[in-house]
Amino acid sequence: MPNMSPKKVEMPVQEPEVRIQNFEEVAIGYTPEMAKEEAERCLHCAHKPCVQGCPVNVNIPDFIQQVKEGDLEEAYRIISLTSSLPAVCGRVCPQESQCEKYCVRGIKTEAVAIGRLERFVADTHRKENDAPLERPISNGHKVAVVGAGPAGLTAAGDLAKMGYEVTVFEALHVAGGVLMYGIPEFRLPKEIVQAEIKHLEELGVDIVTNFVVGRSDTIDSLIDDGFEAIFIGSGAGLPNFMNMPGENLKGVYSANEFLTRINLMKAYVPGSPTPIQNPKRTVVIGGGNVAMDAARCARRLGSEVHIVYRRSLEELPARKEEVEHAMEEGIIFDLLCNPVQVIGDEEGWVKQVECVRMELGEPDASGRRRPIEIANSNFLIDADCMIMAIGTSPNPLIRHTTQGLEVNRRGCLIVDDQEMTSREGIYAGGDAVTGAATVISAMGAGKKGAQSIDAYIKARSNS
Amino acid sequence: MYTILKKEILNPTVTKMVIQAPNVAKRAKAGQFIILRVDEQGERIPLTIADADPETGEVSIIYQIVGKTTMALNQKQEGEALQDFVGPLGQPSEIEGERVCVIGGGVGCAIAYPTAKAFHHAGSEVSTIVGFRNQDLVILEDEFKEVSDHYYLMSDDGSVGEKGLVTNKLEELIQNGVQFDKVIAIGPVIMMKFVCEVTKKYNIPTVVSMNPIMIDGTGMCGGCRLKVGDEIKFACVDGPDFDGHLVDFDEAMSRNRAYASFEKHERDEFCNLLNQEVH
Ligand SMILES: Cc1cc2nc3c(=O)[nH]c(=O)nc-3n(C[C@H](O)[C@H](O)[C@H](O)COP(=O)(O)OP(=O)(O)OC[C@H]3O[C@@H](n4cnc5c(N)ncnc54)[C@H](O)[C@@H]3O)c2cc1C
Ligand SMILES: Cc1cc2nc3c(=O)[nH]c(=O)nc-3n(C[C@H](O)[C@H](O)[C@H](O)COP(=O)(O)OP(=O)(O)OC[C@H]3O[C@@H](n4cnc5c(N)ncnc54)[C@H](O)[C@@H]3O)c2cc1C
Ligand code: SF4
Ligand code: SF4
Ligand code: FES
Repeated sequence: MPNMSPKKVEMPVQEPEVRIQNFEEVAIGYTPEMAKEEAERCLHCAHKPCVQGCPVNVNIPDFIQQVKEGDLEEAYRIISLTSSLPAVCGRVCPQESQCEKYCVRGIKTEAVAIGRLERFVADTHRKENDAPLERPISNGHKVAVVGAGPAGLTAAGDLAKMGYEVTVFEALHVAGGVLMYGIPEFRLPKEIVQAEIKHLEELGVDIVTNFVVGRSDTIDSLIDDGFEAIFIGSGAGLPNFMNMPGENLKGVYSANEFLTRINLMKAYVPGSPTPIQNPKRTVVIGGGNVAMDAARCARRLGSEVHIVYRRSLEELPARKEEVEHAMEEGIIFDLLCNPVQVIGDEEGWVKQVECVRMELGEPDASGRRRPIEIANSNFLIDADCMIMAIGTSPNPLIRHTTQGLEVNRRGCLIVDDQEMTSREGIYAGGDAVTGAATVISAMGAGKKGAQSIDAYIKARSNS
Repeated sequence: MYTILKKEILNPTVTKMVIQAPNVAKRAKAGQFIILRVDEQGERIPLTIADADPETGEVSIIYQIVGKTTMALNQKQEGEALQDFVGPLGQPSEIEGERVCVIGGGVGCAIAYPTAKAFHHAGSEVSTIVGFRNQDLVILEDEFKEVSDHYYLMSDDGSVGEKGLVTNKLEELIQNGVQFDKVIAIGPVIMMKFVCEVTKKYNIPTVVSMNPIMIDGTGMCGGCRLKVGDEIKFACVDGPDFDGHLVDFDEAMSRNRAYASFEKHERDEFCNLLNQEVH
């Protein structure tokens, strides 16, 4: 008889008053007992609706069955068949709009906590059974991957398992992409990301950091160097600004800058040589995951934090759990507001943010109701720090330095249904193709890219 | 890791290092820069590529010791290695013009030198004006002379060369009828601002090399942004060279001071650590 509790087994977390004083992980993770109890909630639906909600089709009921039976290694093996970063996805996937959205238990009550179970399985595996992977026998073919984010790392891992000699070129000094520089430690411990990268190296993947493709060398010269195919997973890291007056005042950051200083450069650690401002009152513009992360980092630096978002609570694009966590941490949501200018002091620092109130009109092309300014509703928020989290676009470096790569209006690389770009042998996936999206979709694109590259190289060597 | 092949003290606060970095040397051009980290926990700082040899994979940097990271860098000796060294970053300088004037101020001369050299090799007539506070700070004199058709040395106190500012010499040359197609000014922001005020008066196209605070150097953080005309530019990918008549220098100067108090604290700590005097 399944566990018919209407609620998920609760996730143990650090209490809000405690966690705003540190950068350690907020959600502590299920114990084996909790995992088992939650696994009992799954009904093992024959038609597996949850699986269709997962972009990489993790075989959810089967792995949950193994959790029930206590064979966690088998559960891990089942997840690994389709997902290469389960410890990451279990933490950061927007489950409520993917796998858990389609869970039948979710129709009347709470869905099965698929993400939490996935995380539990992956964490247990990492702690108890993390043997080095065996290096596959080389097939002698060389493939280059540009960018070490989830898309590139997944493509690299899958290709290495098929026997390819893979080199990953990464611009920054560490691999991981947004997982290292963007998503904060308290949501995704960096140790987990590095454990995954270590496994790739065991598989023989060569990760070359400090190498900016387009500058250190071009895609075309990589091809001349003997790489038979290329996978571009360079992400969408170029921050957008609003071009409003005062945006260049000191104390105004892009979310990328603020988060990079904190996550990649560890500016929050006392004595770190990379500086970060210690803000007293921070205004974060935007409502996505990036805005929540920036706000919660600022909170941990001791700041009062306001999130300014132009739509209402229902339209907030961030993961539900992050919004709840942010609220518990005392972050103030100024909804239906939009900034119009930033006002500075005599020394060029942010002093106030002028905002205007909004109301929701008719739905726009995206189906969300369009925010409209309310005339004469301007007001000021005092602040010494402002963080712009209004989206990012693909960095133009690669398309500017590679002939014949077609992009769309938004600067995203155009690919066919095999993830191949307009140039033969050059594949791409992840945020570089879709614009800012999710870890799991980037990973899915990396998997598909690896399969297509395999087919391409095999076809070439047979002809 | 990136090995330090050679270390040479150019003056009490300026040092040259030659680093083994084949991936940088392969495609480096005048006007481009690198970002380095001295050690595992280090800050990322940008420095201009003073010279590069694609054959040997050697890259030279010339840095002024101003704060914690440059002090830590200066602690490293020949044979030791740097944690990270990435480049070449930024757009190469445009080397066009029959008659050009290259102006360098202080350690900015380290950045100006590869540009002067590139113009010289491209066949331009190069006039170089360099300025230093005093005699002890002069760097790269022989190197500049070798690539310049005319070389003018200025100092604030007159202890070496002519007494005066680089802008005095520039205006003097222009008034004496020297026609420049282009002026390239590289040095403290305030110097570049005043050079541009002069050249604006005489309508001479002027390029400046901007040095805002950077982190990634790949266009990802926007921390290096500048106002250039009506547009916002990222110095690390759109620059570091810009049309000097369009740059908002006052804003750039203000932004460069964002971490001033933090940096002073860090520098003092580091000096205490080394038991050295604060310059
Ligand atoms: C703050 C933040 C929070 C997020 N939260 C979530 C979340 O909770 N859940 C979720 O699913 N998604 C989240 N996302 C989105 C998710 O992280 C991205 O969709 C995903 O990382 C995209 O993967 P990618 O591999 O395409 O690119 P990236 O992760 O961006 O990696 C690209 C890599 O390529 C490198 N690179 C770029 N150009 C070059 C070049 N020319 N040469 C060499 N290397 C290069 C970059 O340095 C980077 O390491 C978040 C994003 C951010 C910024
Ligand atoms: C494209 C570019 C090329 C440069 N080339 C050279 C060069 O060839 N030789 C040279 O001596 N210097 C160069 N600089 C400046 C050099 O990067 C700074 O002097 C260095 O970062 C100072 O670090 P610090 O920790 O020792 O000093 P800090 O204590 O951090 O700061 C001292 C001073 O340096 C400025 N500064 C601090 N951090 C940065 C940063 N990340 N980027 C830029 N400026 C900063 C501060 O505003 C302050 O005025 C260049 C800067 C840029 C942007
Ligand atoms: S990978 Fe993400 S979407 Fe797929 S099952 Fe796991 S948590 Fe759900
Ligand atoms: S839909 Fe829900 S209950 Fe059904 S198999 Fe999937 S997780 Fe289990
Ligand atoms: S240094 Fe980050 S965008 Fe230029």
